[in-house]
Amino acid sequence: MKGVALLPDTASTFAQQVDLLFWFLTAVTVFFTLLIAALVLYFAYRYRRGSTASRAGAKETDLRLEIGWSMIPLTIGLIVFVWAAKLYADAYGPPPDNALEIFVIGKQWMWHLQHPNGIRENNELHIPAGRPVKLTMISQDVIHSFFVPAFRIKRDVLPGKYNTVWFTPTKPGKYHLFCAEYCGTQHSRMIGWVYVMEPAEYEKWLASGGEARPGALASGAGTMAGVPTASLVQAGEQLYKQLRCNACHGAADGQRGPSHYGLFGKKVKLRDGTVVVADEAYIRESILRPLAKVVDGYEPIMPSYEGLLDEERTLQLVAYIKSLKKPLQTAEVKP
Amino acid sequence: MSVAVAKPGEVKHNYLNAGDTVLSWLLTTDHKRIAVLYLVSVTLFFAVGGLLALLIRLELLTPQGDLMTSENYNRVFTMHGVVMIFLFLIPAIPAVLGNFLVPLMVGARDLAFPRLNLASWYVYMAGGLIATWAMVNGGVDTGWTFYPPYSSSYSTSQVTLTIIGAFLIGFSSIFTGINFIVTIHKMRAPGLTWFRLPLFIWAHYATSVIIVLGTPVVAITLLLVAVERVFRLGIFDPALGGDPILFQHLFWFYSHPAVYIMILPAMGVISEVVACFSRKRVFGYHFVAFSSVAIAVIGFLVWGHHMFTTGQSVYAGMVFSLLSFLVAVPSAVKVFNWTATMYKGHIEFRAPMLYVMGFLGLFVIGGLTGLFLASLATDIHLQDTYFVVAHFHYIMVGGTIFGYLAGLHFWWPKMTGRMYPEGIAKLAALIIFAGFNLTFLPQFVLGYLGMPRRYHWYPEEWQMLHVMSSAGAALLGIGYILPIFYLLWSLRNGAIAGPNPWGATGLEWKTDSPPITHNFEETPIVTEEPYAYENHHHQEEVASGTGASAAEG
Ligand code: HEC
Ligand code: HEM
Ligand SMILES: [Cu+2]
Ligand SMILES: [Cu+2]
Repeated sequence: MKGVALLPDTASTFAQQVDLLFWFLTAVTVFFTLLIAALVLYFAYRYRRGSTASRAGAKETDLRLEIGWSMIPLTIGLIVFVWAAKLYADAYGPPPDNALEIFVIGKQWMWHLQHPNGIRENNELHIPAGRPVKLTMISQDVIHSFFVPAFRIKRDVLPGKYNTVWFTPTKPGKYHLFCAEYCGTQHSRMIGWVYVMEPAEYEKWLASGGEARPGALASGAGTMAGVPTASLVQAGEQLYKQLRCNACHGAADGQRGPSHYGLFGKKVKLRDGTVVVADEAYIRESILRPLAKVVDGYEPIMPSYEGLLDEERTLQLVAYIKSLKKPLQTAEVKP
Repeated sequence: MSVAVAKPGEVKHNYLNAGDTVLSWLLTTDHKRIAVLYLVSVTLFFAVGGLLALLIRLELLTPQGDLMTSENYNRVFTMHGVVMIFLFLIPAIPAVLGNFLVPLMVGARDLAFPRLNLASWYVYMAGGLIATWAMVNGGVDTGWTFYPPYSSSYSTSQVTLTIIGAFLIGFSSIFTGINFIVTIHKMRAPGLTWFRLPLFIWAHYATSVIIVLGTPVVAITLLLVAVERVFRLGIFDPALGGDPILFQHLFWFYSHPAVYIMILPAMGVISEVVACFSRKRVFGYHFVAFSSVAIAVIGFLVWGHHMFTTGQSVYAGMVFSLLSFLVAVPSAVKVFNWTATMYKGHIEFRAPMLYVMGFLGLFVIGGLTGLFLASLATDIHLQDTYFVVAHFHYIMVGGTIFGYLAGLHFWWPKMTGRMYPEGIAKLAALIIFAGFNLTFLPQFVLGYLGMPRRYHWYPEEWQMLHVMSSAGAALLGIGYILPIFYLLWSLRNGAIAGPNPWGATGLEWKTDSPPITHNFEETPIVTEEPYAYENHHHQEEVASGTGASAAEG
């Protein structure tokens, strides 16, 4: 047997906050367990049949007691609820602006990770310490769940829908990555490592195109050799041209279709009157199932690309559209 | 030792000797005989589920998946879950003890619909046999939760057949639930008002309401999975245009309340036993009764706490979290009231009472660790880890099975007319308690370390804790085998019990052991409050060696 672990690594800011709550709850649990155990054993001994202890004044019910022992757990519960809800809204809410964006694709039974500059990794993730990391995740088949115990972070990876989560790693090191949602035969082999690196070391790693890998696994994992490392956005741009999206989508809203410049994060008014925020999930859905949400003022003429695009190429398109930041002031760019 | 009513050799009429052909059992409509049919069946399925559990623990002795293939490991834990939940935990207390006792406790001759009761057993057996057949012909590998799209589009195992089995079993519990509700409303003996009912009845009433309202939802949901699987109709699989999260909502809408279907009846048993062996009325009777109802009601509104990491909106998560903290309060109230019942009682250490004391400790741990999971931030880390596994085993094994064993020993003399052997029964209770904690305490640590559930392989640094857990499982296995032997032994060799060996209150103790087919010679009339142990103080100190000669205040 190799070593005995009793406490997990604590390697993100979220982990530190969660641990505080965890140990508070542990203290509550130990206290009440010991309290009940002590009372049960003490009563059992003192009031055992035949003991001479006085039974005078035994009651059948007592309203004050009932109220008391309802309010105590209720109060503790409310405190924990508020405490925990704040942390939860943080982790699953929007990340800070300077977050490093990583795309995650889960499939039976491996993790595929893409960096913004085009580096791709399988079952390994290299990230710098001290900078927030945002994961945008999707599955190609069944439900998986991205779980890094050292960060206390977990998020289900669903087919058909992006899920996001963010965290800030604090401590350089090598940490377990697990799939936490049962996904079939090799579920327990859908694992990997997260390498948190000193920022300088990380820069070196980036510059070498992901080659400088400290202690990477030999087979089946690591950076995919021979893959051109065009950045995600570049790859997306190429694809965009190749699929002739620009036949309808130009630099400014046109007759055939709306512009994508400045779309990400914007509020979009739909035909049925509702308003949605254009996030990754919306953009993805607009590409794969254009009829699901039709933009106000346009005919539903956009073809569906479902079946033509796998999740990886869809991600590239999404990344490209996200990168089209400001609406161009210049005149229309003809396709 | 006991005031035996019947002299040895003299055979009285009772439900057991009312017919001894196989057909007289298979076609019986006597609730007591149906309870015995259920007792035999759930015990067999419990043995199957237990063997599967031992296989799991054997595999996890080493970090590598070396005892069996991953395919088989996944089948083993799935079938362990399916058998234990659908075929043992849900029916165990209601269909065995409830079936036997509900009519006796309300002073009725039988349940309201005796034939529906028999039908319930047949439907249960049909479902159980179909599930067993699926198990030996390929097995299922989806986990007991059947999450699509894995279950509907990817798994190549016997999903459809198992679902049909689970669907049928669901109907058997609906039949039982309907029977209990009508019986409790309509067939109470004269004088037996709602607030004179034993808490066992209140618990079964609340359970029945949950069963009748919840089970149809899960039955249809599982059927939809089968429909998607067989006809490729898009319901839950996004590739077919469905929504996998919808399944989780529908599934947990039943399956969270289902955890209360498993625990409420056990709580009913605890109330009866703690009162009897403390010789006191259950403290705060009304609060214990209403907490069952509160649990049943709020329990229907917390299902989303199984889905905190799925991507449901943060606000939905908060509502479900808040309600989960609320539902913990009535459970806590019950624990405090049971503990207070012992205060200034006359406590007798019989095997059922040992199980009650064990229940109190383990249920507290199970409930409090539920708070870690109801709390949103900690659940992100703990969800789908061994922490969850430990949590629900503390409640379902530490709670439900301890309650079941307490009840089985407590009413064994009533059911069979014989006493079980006290010494070895106490020994078994202690072994089960020790084995249980050794098995499941390490799993809390494993979960906090990050060990995901349903893992065939695991990192080497966790082996130590897994070995402890497996050792505990072996001990637990021994603890469970003992009662099978000594209870069977007692059928012939146990001391004759007499109508009321514990000097307990309650109508079931006012008739013979075993009771006659129609339960009572004449309809009983109830004139006193439940658990009026103060009225029965000295006259019935029969089963106790010492007698309660203590100084009274
Ligand atoms: C035949 C013309 C046509 C083509 C080709 C086309 N689109 Fe569209 N697209 C539209 C129209 C019209 C709309 C607005 C109506 C709607 O929402 O369906 C639209 C809407 C969208 C939106 C939502 C925009 C918003 O403002 O909310 C996105 C994103 C999008 N398209 C991406 C793409 C991508 C990526 C491609 C290439 C793979 C593409 N489209 C190809 C016509 C087209
Ligand atoms: C005292 C109040 C309780 C609270 C607050 C509570 C809370 C929870 C929560 C939040 C989860 C989801 C954990 C997760 O998947 O991340 C959970 C899981 C579970 N609980 Fe409880 N629980 C309580 C009582 C019970 C009872 C009484 C039972 C059963 C008799 C039970 C059985 C289960 C089961 C079976 C699961 C796991 C289901 C699965 O994923 O397979 N719990 N509990
Ligand atoms: Cu998985
Ligand atoms: Cu639940």
